[in-house]
Amino acid sequence: MDFDLSEEQRMLQESVERLISERYDFEHRKTYMKEAPGFSKTLWAQYAELGLLGLPFAEKYGGSGGGAVETMIVMQAFGRGLALEPYLATVVMGGGLIALAGSEAQRTTILPRIASGDLLLAFAHSEPQARYELSDVACTARRGADGWILDGQKSFVLHGDCADQLIVSARIGGEQRSAQGIGLFLVDAHAEGIGRRGYPTQDGLRSAEIRLSGVKVNSNAALGEPGNAADTIQRIAEHALAATGAEAVGAMAAAHELTVDYLKTRKQFGVTIGSFQALQHRAVDMLVHLEQARSMSLLATMMLDEPDPVERSKTISAATVQIRRSGKFIGQQAVQLHGGIGMTLEYKIGHYFKRFTAMESMFGDTDHHLAALARAGGLL
Amino acid sequence: MDLRFTPQELAFRDEVRAFFRDALPASIRHKMALGQRPSKDDIVTWQRILNAKGWAVPHWPVEWGGQDWSPVQNYIFKEEMQLAPAPDPLAFNVSMVGPVLIAFGTEAQKRHFLPKVANLDYWFCQGFSEPGAGSDLASLRTSARREGDHYIVNGQKIWTSRAHHADWMFCLVRTDPAAKPQSGISYLLIDMQSPGLTIRPIPTIDGEHHFNEVFFDDVRVPAENLVGEENKGWTYAKYLLGNERTGIARVGASKQRIIKAKQLAATIAVGEGTLAETERFREKVAAIEIELKALEITQLRVVSNARNLPRGVQDPASSVLKLKGTELQQAATEILMEVAGAHAMAFQSEHLWGTATDEPIGPEWAATVAPDYFYTRASSIYGGSNEIQRNVIAKRLLGL
Repeated sequence: MDFDLSEEQRMLQESVERLISERYDFEHRKTYMKEAPGFSKTLWAQYAELGLLGLPFAEKYGGSGGGAVETMIVMQAFGRGLALEPYLATVVMGGGLIALAGSEAQRTTILPRIASGDLLLAFAHSEPQARYELSDVACTARRGADGWILDGQKSFVLHGDCADQLIVSARIGGEQRSAQGIGLFLVDAHAEGIGRRGYPTQDGLRSAEIRLSGVKVNSNAALGEPGNAADTIQRIAEHALAATGAEAVGAMAAAHELTVDYLKTRKQFGVTIGSFQALQHRAVDMLVHLEQARSMSLLATMMLDEPDPVERSKTISAATVQIRRSGKFIGQQAVQLHGGIGMTLEYKIGHYFKRFTAMESMFGDTDHHLAALARAGGLL
Repeated sequence: MDLRFTPQELAFRDEVRAFFRDALPASIRHKMALGQRPSKDDIVTWQRILNAKGWAVPHWPVEWGGQDWSPVQNYIFKEEMQLAPAPDPLAFNVSMVGPVLIAFGTEAQKRHFLPKVANLDYWFCQGFSEPGAGSDLASLRTSARREGDHYIVNGQKIWTSRAHHADWMFCLVRTDPAAKPQSGISYLLIDMQSPGLTIRPIPTIDGEHHFNEVFFDDVRVPAENLVGEENKGWTYAKYLLGNERTGIARVGASKQRIIKAKQLAATIAVGEGTLAETERFREKVAAIEIELKALEITQLRVVSNARNLPRGVQDPASSVLKLKGTELQQAATEILMEVAGAHAMAFQSEHLWGTATDEPIGPEWAATVAPDYFYTRASSIYGGSNEIQRNVIAKRLLGL
């Protein structure tokens, strides 16, 4: 039992936290949001220089062989800064899928380009009707002359508008909700037959609706054996949940600090409002939520390497429920305790609240994960 | 970072588990598993078995009988004890008066008291709260006037748990009425057999006898029973707050109750299936299990981080332990109430204590459920109510 970071991990934490605190204050963020892709290309290049974009990949693919803890460290810092860059879409999910299911040739071609900051990926999986069922895939892949032809509609594709390549899930057989018969295909985002409609999300990030109409890809575009992708999709969803969990914890810590600082400075009735017991107790309850979420984020991170798929998925669902509930409480109360200031778009605190809210529906909402855990018999 | 137990820690857990399996008397285990209350004799018997093994006070310094275990080992030990399920060693002895004597007692006090505290030859109770001094403990008024070699104690304590079992009381008394409230308090050890000391029971809402009022009418206490310096008692009472708060969450005890609730729910018919199969029940239980798991990890973080902190510095995560721990203890008793349903409503005290000679009304396990639920409401009141805990956290950790 050991909760300490290694020396290298501490150095990583210091450098990424320093970068975020220097380059990601609220005013900077507003500027980044206005750049064409909705984030800072300059910072993206800096992440590459720092080695963040290749962090989880093996050294032979231009990475540094980091594990789940390294990703957690980066995501926590990004959460604190409300970073806009497509790290989750490109590195955690895109790169993660290539590393998990890709062939040696695919890994060799793609991962080094992610690590160098030259390639952006997006995971085009969710569909409008699927809600939170990972195996609900109506998009189809049928055999073409020398490869596959993809048709269908993808929704909520995080950073789908700026991606150079998409990883698309599509069904080669089976019923619409069957876990059997799903394939993953690597598709050039500018290929013929792809219609992309990018849009800003409530939390200031970017997402896209993507229509695929007779999109042709060749056989070596498939990631792994088409038809058996359900497990890979489940695994990458778990990685995304752990990563956004860590991001949420970073954001919760920052939102709590901002709120406590506000209680110490705002004066009413001739005293700081932090002298009022009702507000003190609320701030303490926020701290309790934060620490409980932090614990579950650590647990989810460590469980990513658990070989038993049932234990792994149960624990990650449990962690997700705790983190989402904590995020919602902290977000709502942070706005409440800031009063009118909490309602203005011009102040940072409301943006944390919006980020928690956006994360709540990624890969299953709180009720979805609670129900999944309950169905699986719970934790004890 | 590795959240799994090391092979050494797992081996230790197995050793502890095996000892509890073999050494815990079957009659005590049976009572505890049913949720029945251990008697005074049960608690004394078990603590002496532990003490004979050297495990009654493992967290004390080695020279006074401690084991020099790592924080993680101490955690495993407590968790396994609650899961066994075995009675806890008496907290007033092993977690309260013992550590205070070790830190502030005279050599003679340590030699006399510590072995008896560890072996439960002396049963201590805590004389802190008074009718006018609950959450505002520093306003206590029980007085101790120095007269030659003795203090003369007058006043009243209240909510004194198990005073009727106790041989001794560690007691906060006012020795300087002129000083500021916190500065005029001393920490005295009082023999419960002293003339002038009387005990009156206060029945609690579970229908049982835990609490008492204790009255002092010119009780003579030898001056050698003063711990530390006169008028420094407040410091000694607070000393415990910054340390050793990890036991307070009682994660093992809540786990044990939840496991029991799930097992029992599987035996209760609802519609075509069982209570355990209903969505509502499963999701309710799962929600508690999630918070309990989070608390367990929080507790392990505190335990594991203890070696990185200077003595007396509190880990922010530790603030969660009392608040969340008591909430979850209460939630676990509440879920058992729901499982038992109307069966919980028969009041049958002898089946709570395991002393009944007749058949219980309804299932035997149900007799303990309501008293347990009622009494566990105390957990968020004693030891500084959860509202006081929030005040303390707001001040000390958040600087509000």
